[in-house]
Amino acid sequence: MQLQVNGTTHYLDVEGDMPLLWVLRDVLNITGPKYGCGIAQCGACTVHVGGEAVRSCQLPVSDVWGDVTTIEGLAAGGTLHPVQAAWIAHQVAQCGYCQSGQIMQAIDLLARNPAPSDADIDDAMSGNLCRCATYPRIRAAIHDAAATMQEG
Amino acid sequence: MGRAKTIARRTFLIGSAAIAGGVAFGAYTVARPIPNPLLDRIGEGEAALTPFVIITGDGITLIVPRADIGQGIESLQAHLIAEELDIDPHSATLDPGQPHAAYHNSALAADGVPFPHYHDGAIARIARAGAAAGARVMGLQFTGGSTSTADLHVALRQAGANARETLKQAAANRTGLTRSDLRTNDGAVILPDDTRIPYTDLAADAAAIDLIEDVPLRMPAQWRLLGKPVQRTDSVAKSTGAMTYGIDVRLPDMLFATIRRNPGIGGAVLSVDDTAARAMAGVRAVVPVSGGIGVIADNTWRAFNAAQAVTVTWGAPDYPATSAEMWRVLEGAGTRANRNSRLRNDGKVDDALAQSQVLSAQYRAPFLAHAALEPLSATVLYTPQRLEIWTATQVPAVLRDKAAELAGLPRDAVTLHLLHAGGSFGRRLDIDYVLPAIELAMIVPGTPVQTTLTREEDMTHDFPRPMHLARMRGAVQDGRVRAFDMDAISPSVVDSWFGRIMFAPPGPDALIVLGAYDQPFAIPNYRVTGYKAPPLVPVGSWRAPGACANTFFHDCFLDELIHAAGADPLEERLRLITHAESRRVLEAVGEMSGWSGPQLGQGRGRGVAYAYAHGVPIAAVVDVAMTDAGIRIERAWIAGECGTVYDPVNAEAQVTGSFLWGLGHAMDAELTYEDHAPVQTNFDRFRGLQMYQTPRLEVRLLGQADHVRGLGEPATCAAAPALGNAIFAATGTRLREMPFSKGMQFA
Ligand code: FES
Ligand code: FES
Repeated sequence: MQLQVNGTTHYLDVEGDMPLLWVLRDVLNITGPKYGCGIAQCGACTVHVGGEAVRSCQLPVSDVWGDVTTIEGLAAGGTLHPVQAAWIAHQVAQCGYCQSGQIMQAIDLLARNPAPSDADIDDAMSGNLCRCATYPRIRAAIHDAAATMQEG
Repeated sequence: MGRAKTIARRTFLIGSAAIAGGVAFGAYTVARPIPNPLLDRIGEGEAALTPFVIITGDGITLIVPRADIGQGIESLQAHLIAEELDIDPHSATLDPGQPHAAYHNSALAADGVPFPHYHDGAIARIARAGAAAGARVMGLQFTGGSTSTADLHVALRQAGANARETLKQAAANRTGLTRSDLRTNDGAVILPDDTRIPYTDLAADAAAIDLIEDVPLRMPAQWRLLGKPVQRTDSVAKSTGAMTYGIDVRLPDMLFATIRRNPGIGGAVLSVDDTAARAMAGVRAVVPVSGGIGVIADNTWRAFNAAQAVTVTWGAPDYPATSAEMWRVLEGAGTRANRNSRLRNDGKVDDALAQSQVLSAQYRAPFLAHAALEPLSATVLYTPQRLEIWTATQVPAVLRDKAAELAGLPRDAVTLHLLHAGGSFGRRLDIDYVLPAIELAMIVPGTPVQTTLTREEDMTHDFPRPMHLARMRGAVQDGRVRAFDMDAISPSVVDSWFGRIMFAPPGPDALIVLGAYDQPFAIPNYRVTGYKAPPLVPVGSWRAPGACANTFFHDCFLDELIHAAGADPLEERLRLITHAESRRVLEAVGEMSGWSGPQLGQGRGRGVAYAYAHGVPIAAVVDVAMTDAGIRIERAWIAGECGTVYDPVNAEAQVTGSFLWGLGHAMDAELTYEDHAPVQTNFDRFRGLQMYQTPRLEVRLLGQADHVRGLGEPATCAAAPALGNAIFAATGTRLREMPFSKGMQFA
């Protein structure tokens, strides 16, 4: 089986029903996507497949339909993605465990809606739990990143 | 090691030590010296100038012994040292070190005595000093109770200052100048002609001279980092996927494992059929571990699946099977025989209640899981000679000792690699998730094994906040609150937790009444009595233990009495409060919210709440609105007083985070039990707050008090009562049981 992750092609010998999350984490040692619930209820495992945010814990690797991008694949050429830069500027992370998933979800939102309202953010982000409740800063960072990306 | 002997003779050790050419800087204020733990780990040309600073030719390492569980204490510890040491904390290596008595937490022990923090009488002071000394003797290196900053802020600044002056002295000796001619900046000593000598070039010289001690600390006006908005040291790693949490550890040839233990905690394992599991792909071993079974495989997913494929018959534990039965135990537990404390007893409560019309009510708080987003894990490498453990823990010394005992090795054969935790909220005060990981690693000596709990196992085997019940009675007269009588009934967290990790201490369990007996109100007839219920499920410390339930009971019932008296909720609290700092936070929150009473009209209402927790007074105002879909929380204002605010950006994060934590659980979270186990074992049924429920928040920290306290927990305590009081103002419905979703729909 062949899997394209962050621009690298991997040849895999795993069960087709193994969730993408565990292929990434335990087979490819790409540990940015996190295990939180395993049942698509927390968002910690969010990655992009074909440019779209998905819960990798519920996606069998055989069903992966496109290139996979994880948080590790964002900072192309060493430059932070504007969403990551906004996350750092706002010091969003407390424990940080949810933040890979939050960032991947936020990038997906901004790709579809470059200037989201608070209500749009609530709709797009409410499936990503943050047990540390960093939600106010996530909101602020998304608005900031949206502004930067539109300028730029 | 000649210098080590010198240090050991000092009464007050604030010493540098040459260790084979290096230097370690130390700053203790203890009655008997504790050796600098860094002396054993540095080499030729290196300096361990205190237990907190190591300088070698290659760089500077700061020892940051309090565990970062999301509260940002790694960063703050580094900034406290760096302020005086004149380095960029982002340029240093930050290392939690190994457990050692030098890093004991005396503030946590002192907070454990049954006196409110603002009570500074002779007996309270003697009790605190005794507890702190006990912590030192026993080497209690705990992270918890919002005590890290209070405990270490002076010691870390002092360590940085002593190290800086010693480095300057080393430079003075080398150049023939005097120390007062020299400055320091960004990791270097600066000569009068602006020549820079990097600290790393001075390590060996500094190691060879006596430590400069008792250096006066800089005044706040001179600070360049503290009190200013600074970047947390972990922000970048946590925004790029680079942070290594427990489940991210990857070692050569590592195997992956999981455990399944009896969902009825403490119950027996009656039979195991692992035939199917053993035949599954990638499975290396299915073995018994304490309380259940463990599976070792070549990846976590295969280990999870194989563990599910084992058929186990579990024996029943020795506690009731259902929540309903447990509530009945609690309801019957408020008896004279179970009376455990009466830490508040002012005026003549019985007389006052006999004379007036009495208001009475029963309040309840449910079991709650910690459910940190990162499931519990530990990675262990065992050989017959050594044990290495990679995990996140709030109790490293306890872990090291129990791990050594389990592996049959001496303590110094155990190395801990202490990691950032993906949340804890008190869960990692237990080590139950590490011990079975050691048992599994001992099956395959020489091969590292990472044991990860499934979310379901993590929540089934939490040590939750206990259910808590309060019987309230009170009376009002002439528009004022006259009598307040509270019976708090709960199983003992102290007995349960200490019993697991050490031994249960004697004396009353103040947690049963914490957040109630210690509220600084001058109600003329005022009594708080604690009853220790029989143990039910094993329980643990959950963010602001004890107080997280009692402040809800106490403040909401006070709100009921104030309403009955016809007084204004804010004004009557201000009239009753006796503690100046608390008065100021109430005034501040009134001003921030533009308080003019609880009624906002048009289905909207406003609640004020006050809580004193972990030495921090917190006041909050919450606005709610009734909508077609249910109650919506619109805004919240929070004022607190923790003394000096060293890191304002992170302080705000801790206050908002803990407040929202309190709101989310008050609204809609509980563990209920069937067949001895929680029904809610994943985030489909137990979430806490979500983004769409998050109100706009404003925080003000007054920063006027002359003591320093921590902020990881206190604001939790004002959330539930402020919300309950606001819902009452908006709807006329008084919610006396958490979660509020039992009695109210939320939008
Ligand atoms: S781990 Fe995939 S959504 Fe929680
Ligand atoms: S930062 Fe801890 S779960 Fe989000």
